[in-house]
Amino acid sequence: MNVSVDVLVALPIVLPLLAGALSLVFWRSHALQRMLGVFGSLALLVVSVQLLFATWDHGHLVMEMGAWPAPFGIVLVSDMLAAIMVVLTGIIGLATAVYSLSGVSVRHERYGYYPLFHLLLAGVNGAFLTGDIFNLYVWFEVMLVASFALLILGGERAQMEGAIKYVTLNLLSSALFLSAIGLLYGLTGTLNMADIAVKLAEVEDTGLVTVIAMLFMVAFGIKAAAFPFFFWLPASYHTPKVAVSALFAGLLTKVGVYALFRVFTLIFSHDVGYTHEILLWIAMLTMLTGVLGAAAQFEFRRILSFHIVSQIGYMILGLALFTPLAIVGGVFYIMHHIIVKANLFLISGLTYQLKGSHELKQLGGLYRSHPMLGVFFMVPALSLAGLPPLSGFFAKFIIIRAGIEAEAWLAVAVALVVGLLTLYSMVKIWNEVFWKAQPEGVAHAQPASGPLIWMWLPIIGLALMTVMIGLYGQPIFEMAERSAEQLLDTSGYIEAVLGAGYVEALQESRR
Amino acid sequence: MAFVVGGLYAAAIYMMLRRSIVKLVIGLVLLSNAANLLIFTAAGLTRGAPPLINVGDVLPPGISADPLAQALILTAIVIGFGVLAFAVVLIHRAFEVVGADDMDKMKDTDT
Repeated sequence: MNVSVDVLVALPIVLPLLAGALSLVFWRSHALQRMLGVFGSLALLVVSVQLLFATWDHGHLVMEMGAWPAPFGIVLVSDMLAAIMVVLTGIIGLATAVYSLSGVSVRHERYGYYPLFHLLLAGVNGAFLTGDIFNLYVWFEVMLVASFALLILGGERAQMEGAIKYVTLNLLSSALFLSAIGLLYGLTGTLNMADIAVKLAEVEDTGLVTVIAMLFMVAFGIKAAAFPFFFWLPASYHTPKVAVSALFAGLLTKVGVYALFRVFTLIFSHDVGYTHEILLWIAMLTMLTGVLGAAAQFEFRRILSFHIVSQIGYMILGLALFTPLAIVGGVFYIMHHIIVKANLFLISGLTYQLKGSHELKQLGGLYRSHPMLGVFFMVPALSLAGLPPLSGFFAKFIIIRAGIEAEAWLAVAVALVVGLLTLYSMVKIWNEVFWKAQPEGVAHAQPASGPLIWMWLPIIGLALMTVMIGLYGQPIFEMAERSAEQLLDTSGYIEAVLGAGYVEALQESRR
Repeated sequence: MAFVVGGLYAAAIYMMLRRSIVKLVIGLVLLSNAANLLIFTAAGLTRGAPPLINVGDVLPPGISADPLAQALILTAIVIGFGVLAFAVVLIHRAFEVVGADDMDKMKDTDT
């Protein structure tokens, strides 16, 4: 493996940091910051796609920071799952950056929107790529601090109230995560995830290991907004600017899901019967509560927020079933969901610009005035509900098929019912926003801070991507399959990080 | 030490369950300190043996304290400090906007 390929692993973290630093340097020039936003995220997307291809060729890419050999130094590891997630970050980053050209006002830019935006992307990518559990905590915090500041950008009352809940719950989860790391370090004496996986297999006290596993589950469950820790999400996600909401909806909870996937396949797979049974129940309850919460809502973005919760359930269901096909489904679901959900939030923002409200009761007649927007809403909405031939159908199909094969009938039933209820919510939005007549002069179009074409472009692009995943799903499926193989067969990961023969040498030295 | 850590966690959670947002933040401070002390304790305490390496040696002589746990805590303290500074500013601003130090008055975004 040559040096230049390994550097690719660090670039998705370095590029946004660099762009963010440059945005800070040009603090007064908003035009330059916008350029940096678009071109910085474009460069990120290009690099991440290259990383994906390189990972596809090599299997695992490992970069040892500062050339300290693992398990002593910090490593960055890119396997298929991490590479896929980084590419999705690039896509959402680019879409949001383009959308921000007209969706974010000068007032928000003045408070440092773009530097925070880049910092958030760097934090998310860092969390995906790191191979060190404490480093994961640090990236979580980088991401969180950026998201806190983005959330309250503007300083309205609703934002403050939402932010207090968001900040509290996320700090609580960080403290639990940190405690779990402390206990894990006390038990194994290492922080490298591959090394932990090796050494944890030899720990005698399995009760304590299960306790730590549960701590991790709670900590990441809060981040991922899984039942019963989801309530901070619908309370806060609809409060900031739409561009910020879309970014959060696409990426932040998925970092929690990614961490669950990583930790519960690589490290805590010793007692699958216990931990994954709990995950299964969490998944089912998450799906149900999310979708029922959405059914009761009449605010555009709040419905979407509750649907994030219910969709998280599907991903966790993929992890909980823990068969190869189920993991494939989970990964596929993450890919589909990030694109669709961010797109729906962007559409809600464009609706707001056109009609001046987020309340379904005050909206209407949008299909008459903007039929194309209706079409582009239907694509992600029906995909979210899982209608063929869109991406959501295949994602749901794989997971439900895996559920039937694993004979988890209850989970399958829940997944199907939730799919129907999702369709109900989407049809509700369709009827209220697009189909019914416009109510008498309650709200007016909002002046946008730029030409609306910048809002249309990412919506169209993401909608096309949804259709493409549906029609040409095979390469995506193969990628998900490869990542599931790597997740379930951890020896490849361990060998790539620690070098062949490490495990044998360790066992030799114990004897 | 274990009792101190347990007491800190209990106090932190009690404070976080109060209605006042100031007490909420105090709870967060205690919680992050509890987590730091937990790492410190869980990694094993070694008294009076700093991990210093003699000139020319590769390993420190005999058993010495583990420096990594302290490095972790240092990082966690710095991060915690930054985040808490943010939280304090946030509650100040929230107090200005909402006009009350009471979580019950902050449920507009919930329903």
